[in-house]
Amino acid sequence: MGITKLFRAAMIALRVNLMRSALTMLGIIIGVAAVIIMVAIGAGAQQQVDAQIEGLGGNIFILSGSSRRMGGVTTGAGSVQSLQQEHADYLQTQLPDIEAAAPMLSNSAQVIYGNLNWSTTVEGMDNHYLTARNWVIANGRELSPQESNAGGKVAIIGATISKELFGESDPLGQTIRVNNFNVNVIGTLKSKGQDSRGRDQDDVILMPIKTVRTRLAGVSNSNPTRVQSIYLKIYDGADMQALETDIADLMRTRMKVAPTAEDPFMLRNLSEMVATRAETTRIFNSLLAAVASVSLVVGGIGIMNIMLVSVTERTREIGLRMAVGATPSHILLQFLVEAVVLCGLGGAIGMLLALVVVVVLDQFVGTPAVMQPTIALISIGFSALIGVFFGYYPALKASKLQPIDALRYE
Amino acid sequence: MSQPNVIETRQIRKAYSMGDNVIWALKGVDVSIKAGEFVAVMGTSGSGKSTFMNMIGCLDTPSDGKILLNGEDVSHLDAAALAHIRNRYIGFVFQQFNLLPRTSALDNVALPLLYSEVPEREWQPRAKASLEQVGLGERLHNQPSQLSGGQQQRVAIARALVNNPLLILADEPTGALDTRTSFEIMALFQQLNDAGKTIVLVTHEPEIAAVAKRKLMFRDGELVEDYLNGHH
Ligand SMILES: Nc1ncnc2c1ncn2[C@@H]1O[C@H](COP(=O)(O)OP(=O)(O)OP(=O)(O)O)[C@@H](O)[C@H]1O
Ligand SMILES: [Mg+2]
Repeated sequence: MGITKLFRAAMIALRVNLMRSALTMLGIIIGVAAVIIMVAIGAGAQQQVDAQIEGLGGNIFILSGSSRRMGGVTTGAGSVQSLQQEHADYLQTQLPDIEAAAPMLSNSAQVIYGNLNWSTTVEGMDNHYLTARNWVIANGRELSPQESNAGGKVAIIGATISKELFGESDPLGQTIRVNNFNVNVIGTLKSKGQDSRGRDQDDVILMPIKTVRTRLAGVSNSNPTRVQSIYLKIYDGADMQALETDIADLMRTRMKVAPTAEDPFMLRNLSEMVATRAETTRIFNSLLAAVASVSLVVGGIGIMNIMLVSVTERTREIGLRMAVGATPSHILLQFLVEAVVLCGLGGAIGMLLALVVVVVLDQFVGTPAVMQPTIALISIGFSALIGVFFGYYPALKASKLQPIDALRYE
Repeated sequence: MSQPNVIETRQIRKAYSMGDNVIWALKGVDVSIKAGEFVAVMGTSGSGKSTFMNMIGCLDTPSDGKILLNGEDVSHLDAAALAHIRNRYIGFVFQQFNLLPRTSALDNVALPLLYSEVPEREWQPRAKASLEQVGLGERLHNQPSQLSGGQQQRVAIARALVNNPLLILADEPTGALDTRTSFEIMALFQQLNDAGKTIVLVTHEPEIAAVAKRKLMFRDGELVEDYLNGHH
């Protein structure tokens, strides 16, 4: 008996009991859809995390002023307790594992171009900062040494700023007003998207640190070279644990901190934070997928239940088929194929349902979700396998019937 | 040497155990049926008629004794081998017709071919020819619920004919039909027998049995009478 004939016979048998077949399939449809959707949401989250790791561009430490001493407080014998611009150069010369040490001082600002108004963050930096933060110049150029040292009135703008203020037109060479002074746009940044906390990283303007200090943050006479934080990009393969200790030790010495005092700075391993987040995401995803799989198994049990009912209900039919020449394996195969068709069809419908839900989630709800074709195929294959697994026992039961008993069954 | 008997039973016995006690439904039956015979099996209820039919139809195997189908011993075959024998050599007609519901007459008749070696392109023509043979050439696409009892039994007879069997077995084929329809069905059997088919049928009614050429009378699991009609 050919396989196409078997499938056609199964379709006929299932159509005879259309309502019941549909309800049975519903269990599988929901199960498969749940699994695919959960995996898609997981893949979406994973992709986001991957993009963030990509955005970091390697191993990064952030050295920032201790929050309690923000702004710099001098204690005792004139020891300055805030991060200074020279700390960046100092760490760079002391630790060869550092690829780039970039001081940064940020300030919020109101940006105006024509009649458009946008409030954003201005980050004062030097060219090391581009390396350290993995910023890529999309168009234009980075800071010249002259602009960097003298505090030139130039800006490199993020993709969001470019879009909000300039739309489709070219921002390069244009003059924008930042708070109360004009700056010239010399470059645009390649988009990085959201960071791990969901903040838009492209909503930023980069300027020479000196410009930010003198024109936006305001110079404090007592603390003229203060920076907010120092980004330290570390070469691949370096021992991050050891470096963390080294950096802290060097900074304590440099800042002349008493042995018993707390660190007047905060040192965070950014890569590690993102990695932790990635791990959390992964565990959460597996958990979701596991829960969804349970519903698929429940669907499979539904299939088994219905197949058992069907075998009992069709006992006389089975007897007749045996009388006219069906062997036990014919009967086994017939019921197995029915279960597989039921599950495979349910799986296919479930996949389509999942596709719709994934697109809606991704495009309209804002939950990133990615449906991989392999996952879709695997889940259809898997549901067919569930059909074999849960259909086997009822089919075996049917094939074990004695023809005379089955024919006589009331 | 002459043609072997279509069916030959040698001292077949069949025991059914009901809890502790054993019922002997057949207690040693010897029967030979030749090609072209038309045999009526009679007897009181519980005398073993159906059991006998199941044995010679290879639906069940005897506890003891031998059954030869066309000279071949079929008493100890396994389920799959018996299924092949039934498919190839036997056509069944049941009291309750046993047609597949919501399935056309044509597909019902073609059912045995599904399990045969017959290539699929021959199914429809053969099923159609069978239905024409029983006078239902106009009802190919009707489902059982759209046919009368007599017509349904004709479909069942067409199904029994479709694999061109050696032997047609009918257990009370007129049991669910009124007298007039019963005689129409019997006329059909007679016609098939005239065309050379070997037929064995069970009936309670002497008038029905009178149509057959030979009668077997069972009592209590034993064959008590075996005579040719008109030679009473
Ligand atoms: N599956 C079974 N289990 C137990 N006993 C059975 C079984 N089948 C038949 N018998 C017994 O075997 C005996 C013969 O039964 P059988 O069905 O052959 O009678 P029958 O002549 O066909 O009767 P009827 O005219 O009522 O159909 C009866 O006593 C019956 O109770
Ligand atoms: Mg009987």
